[in-house]
Amino acid sequence: MRRFEELFFKTLMILATFIILGSLMMILFAVLKRGLPAMNLDMITKIPSGGFYIGKEGGLLNAIAGSLFIVIGATVLGLLISIPIVIYINIYLPPKSFLANITRLSSDVLFGIPSIVYGAFGFTLMVYLGIRASLFGGILAVTLLITPILIRSMDEVAKLIPKDLKDAALSLGATRYEIIKVILKQISPGITTAILLSVGRAIGDAASVLFTAGYTDSIPTSLSQPAATLPLAIFFQLSSPIPEVQDRAYAAALILTVIVLVLSLTARYYSRKFSKNKI
Amino acid sequence: MSLADHTRYRIFKDILARNIMFGLTVFSLLLAVIIGLGLYFKSAPILNEHSLWSMLSSSSWRPFKGEFGFYPFIMGTLWVTIIAIVIALPLCLLSGIYLSEYAHPFIKRLVDPMIDILAGIPPVVYGVWGVLVVVPFIGDKIAPHFVEYSAGYSVLAGGIVLAIMIVPLIISILTEIFASVPKELRDASLSVGATKWQTIKFVILRKSTPGIFAAVVLAISRAFGETIAVLMVCGNISQVPHSVFDSGYPLPALIANNYGEMMSLPLYDSALMLAALILFVIILIFNAVSRIILVRIERRFAL
Repeated sequence: MRRFEELFFKTLMILATFIILGSLMMILFAVLKRGLPAMNLDMITKIPSGGFYIGKEGGLLNAIAGSLFIVIGATVLGLLISIPIVIYINIYLPPKSFLANITRLSSDVLFGIPSIVYGAFGFTLMVYLGIRASLFGGILAVTLLITPILIRSMDEVAKLIPKDLKDAALSLGATRYEIIKVILKQISPGITTAILLSVGRAIGDAASVLFTAGYTDSIPTSLSQPAATLPLAIFFQLSSPIPEVQDRAYAAALILTVIVLVLSLTARYYSRKFSKNKI
Repeated sequence: MSLADHTRYRIFKDILARNIMFGLTVFSLLLAVIIGLGLYFKSAPILNEHSLWSMLSSSSWRPFKGEFGFYPFIMGTLWVTIIAIVIALPLCLLSGIYLSEYAHPFIKRLVDPMIDILAGIPPVVYGVWGVLVVVPFIGDKIAPHFVEYSAGYSVLAGGIVLAIMIVPLIISILTEIFASVPKELRDASLSVGATKWQTIKFVILRKSTPGIFAAVVLAISRAFGETIAVLMVCGNISQVPHSVFDSGYPLPALIANNYGEMMSLPLYDSALMLAALILFVIILIFNAVSRIILVRIERRFAL
């Protein structure tokens, strides 16, 4: 009887794991199956031309460029905010400091806030500042979205820096400001992983840019112009009744999935490589 | 510059850097408050007009007449979330136990990256999958056995898509929780003759209850706020769903779907910001509770 129960549950467990992995396969297969036939060079090299939305020529370059601009801008801004915070709570504050722990807790909590809320907040902020839906607005909302991720994943690595390393540099007479260089070098693989993770999250998120970045058929040339994004390109084109336009949504989904796959595998490779070198 | 001056300059730089960093850290702590206040100020006009309770309990959503009843949207959110948790939790418990207790390291090395990939897939791609696979499957295969007609765009479709989306989150927390159960406890149980499954059932699961609870709460709040994927498969009809095959209209979908028109009607934008505020407050509380539980667990076993 005990044997049977064990066997029964073990079978269920393996089944559950297969269902989960099977869903992943199904998702990738569905995107490949519909995306590949719709994919061509025009998709990634041209912007929509006249009649694009009734199935005529053009591509998705506007969305690809918009997504890239927003993600690059947001990552740079996010790093400018998060690196000092990570440094501060790991170097300047004593271990087990209350402020450090509450900062970690708060970035964990902010990480869980849905992107639609960041989008809505970004929107109210823009109304308050008198900005229209634009590249800048999108960057603002996405920065809010990814900063907690950046803080958390860099902090994981920064926490592991041996105390001796700090002490050695400090005992040579360096100020804490001067040992930042040493610390940054130590956590650089962590910074890379953090960037890859947050870029993956930022590039795929639709709800945060929906209100804030707007949508356009051209490539934005300044911060105050609206910007198209890949997730929104998928979302808008999928709701079109015309099959050719829907196909473009699938092509966009394929592009986005490939980007995200590459990012997450690279992040994994980096964090593995780093943990091998850990003391 | 003399040596003393130089030293003073270095110390000055250190103090300046410290103050800037301290400022940024405090700012990051205040961010949650700022977001809450920002959304509150935008939703204040409608709160002055109607009482919060009457809006939460009313079913009539007619922005043209100035009626904003959130009840159908809240029920839509609840239906989708509950379905997602009911599907995802058993899957994750079983798979999480398998991965942390039974699976060969080789299998773990194989499965872990795939779970990572699942976590990295953007919501909108989940939505595409939902539209291509889940919705037709429900509409053609499942629903006809139970109800006369369903297009497939239903709270069930939303629940299934969401369930798969929250799987990576729950599994990653569960495997950490299971790994934090001390080895001595397992050995003690095994040495008095319990089988591996009995050890799991009576020792590991029991020890992990708070952690499992925290994982579920986190997953609920993730499911609560998910927008685009759910929006694409739920049907978006403002009604209170009565079966899993009915269409629903969750709160985040409401916000996302109406952003275009919200500036044209009085109080409309205020109502949508109120919806965002409700989401924000609920998720903030849920997240804080579960994170505090998880931090406690981590601290208890770190010693």
